[in-house]
Amino acid sequence: MTNRISQGAVALGAGAVFGIGLSLSGMLDPARVQGFLDVFGAWDPSLAFVLGGAVAVAMIGMMLMRRMVRPMLDTVFHLPTATKIDARLVTGSAIFGVGWGLAGLCPGPALSALSLGLMPVVAFVVAMVIGMVVHDRLAQGRSA
Amino acid sequence: MTFPYWPSLLGGMLIGLSATMLLLLNGRIAGVSGIAGRLVQGAQLSANAAFVIGLVMGPPIYLVLFGHWPVVTITASMPTIVIAGLLVGFGTRMGSGCTSGHGVLGLAGFSRRSMAAVVAFLLAGILTVTLMRMAGQ
Repeated sequence: MTNRISQGAVALGAGAVFGIGLSLSGMLDPARVQGFLDVFGAWDPSLAFVLGGAVAVAMIGMMLMRRMVRPMLDTVFHLPTATKIDARLVTGSAIFGVGWGLAGLCPGPALSALSLGLMPVVAFVVAMVIGMVVHDRLAQGRSA
Repeated sequence: MTFPYWPSLLGGMLIGLSATMLLLLNGRIAGVSGIAGRLVQGAQLSANAAFVIGLVMGPPIYLVLFGHWPVVTITASMPTIVIAGLLVGFGTRMGSGCTSGHGVLGLAGFSRRSMAAVVAFLLAGILTVTLMRMAGQ
């Protein structure tokens, strides 16, 4: 029980640090994200620095993790087990990429920007949740 | 000469720090589409809800620290926004991740699967933005 409360506190803190990072990085702004994807136009390289900084720090986290038997507040590390590069992975990611380019929003910045109270962001998040539910229903139907 | 990308680099490092916290303390991957997807399914409700609440608190905390809201410029029309949201929700579930899970943690862990996902969504995003610009939007 205590662990679940500590885990919740860590998740809240990690979410807040993530949201502050997004705000500081400029990546909450769809125009800048689209500027990064516009490599043949007026290219804005900011997102490459955001990703570079994030990956560099996360690499340290990954290295530390490999030296640990278990996480500090749980009994096991919950890591993805899939290793195969299949059609689902590539097709799904490409579908995501089209939506990302159209609006300049991906899940993290979209959820974080909800606090600004802008209607288009709210509409995006509602549509995103519907997209997730539709996918999960279809996937369930196929595996059943 | 000033380097204009410090905020981007530092903001990115904070995102990496957030991912490291969640990984080493809770043993979980900070992939936002995965967290949101599990939240929608009602799995590990408290921790996933806490992460999303924290994420939403980020911009107000930024406001307190820096005295202004982060800039959010949306140029897409409402129908485009809705279609984009549907594609992002569907695609991230189908592809098991987004910019944070595959982009940050996948690349940091040298996952070939994530590298393939990152190439796919970057190429699709670049193609989409390029076509939109050519269409004059």
